[in-house]
Amino acid sequence: MQADTKTINIHQGILLKNDELARRIRQRFNEIGTLVLNVLSSPGSGKTALLEQTLSRLHPTCSCAVIVGDLATDNDARRLRRAGAPVVQITTGTVCHLEASMIEQACSELDLKSCRVLFIENVGNLVCPASYDLGESLRVVLLAVTEGEDKPLKYPKIFKTADLILVTKMDLAGLAGFDLEQVRSNLATIAPQAEVIYLSSRNGEGMDAWLNWIQQRAGTCRV
Amino acid sequence: MHEIGIIQNALELAQEAACREGASQIHRVRLRIGRLAGVEPESLQLAFEVAREQTLARRATLEVESVPIVCWCACCEQLFESDSFIFSCPSCGQISEEVRQGREIELASLEVS
Repeated sequence: MQADTKTINIHQGILLKNDELARRIRQRFNEIGTLVLNVLSSPGSGKTALLEQTLSRLHPTCSCAVIVGDLATDNDARRLRRAGAPVVQITTGTVCHLEASMIEQACSELDLKSCRVLFIENVGNLVCPASYDLGESLRVVLLAVTEGEDKPLKYPKIFKTADLILVTKMDLAGLAGFDLEQVRSNLATIAPQAEVIYLSSRNGEGMDAWLNWIQQRAGTCRV
Repeated sequence: MHEIGIIQNALELAQEAACREGASQIHRVRLRIGRLAGVEPESLQLAFEVAREQTLARRATLEVESVPIVCWCACCEQLFESDSFIFSCPSCGQISEEVRQGREIELASLEVS
């Protein structure tokens, strides 16, 4: 060290601003009683298909809204609007994840007082979104059977942050040669904290369990 | 590649701190990154080399301290360090659900003049 240099101890979280904003967002949703689910997965695991089916069954009796993030295009937002729920698109450009400030901005476009369940469809990515608190109530991580049983071993960090893991595309499990026992064992060792539901948005298997899971947490909703 | 955003945030905090101290140059930036944080030290270095231009840290070096994962075993009532992402207690083998350390993304200290 040069004679005239000095050390400044800081010990401050680098994402402090994001985390503080996320805390305020969480508090606000707690006060108005909205369940906020941060939905995460790799690209193509079936987030949008799941939300389409979920909205078509849930929204008629339990007011929902969606914030959807993508690098480019509003294709997912257009698909989701068909179910009648309000959808706000966030186009992130080169940013590979959503941040709390983007959620705050998107929320200003939604009527949140009537919203019981807010889904945040994160950018398809199993790495970057794990580090960013969005103010969600709970995290839902999807794993499609076509991705293989060892995905949780390869991307442990995101699976460890999950409250619920949805194993999707179960209608393809046989064709994909998906080993259910193996994935059960992998999830139990990597993400013992998470509940797991096996489902298919296409044939409806497991959808009741998923909708019940939401209903129990959204309080007054009736599915 | 969210490391560029993390480095930009770190440099923002570093510049604020350096200015508060009346410093005109940052020589060293030290970060503490948990092994569970989902942030890659190599990518941080690359991002730092790009992002430090036009800042007080343009000639600074980056040091990244890797923070080990520490879990709590509820059975044995003890803390243990885990090198693996399977948090198995070395005494009883039970998988821990409680991470006590390893998610840090922190600006630790600066050297300035």
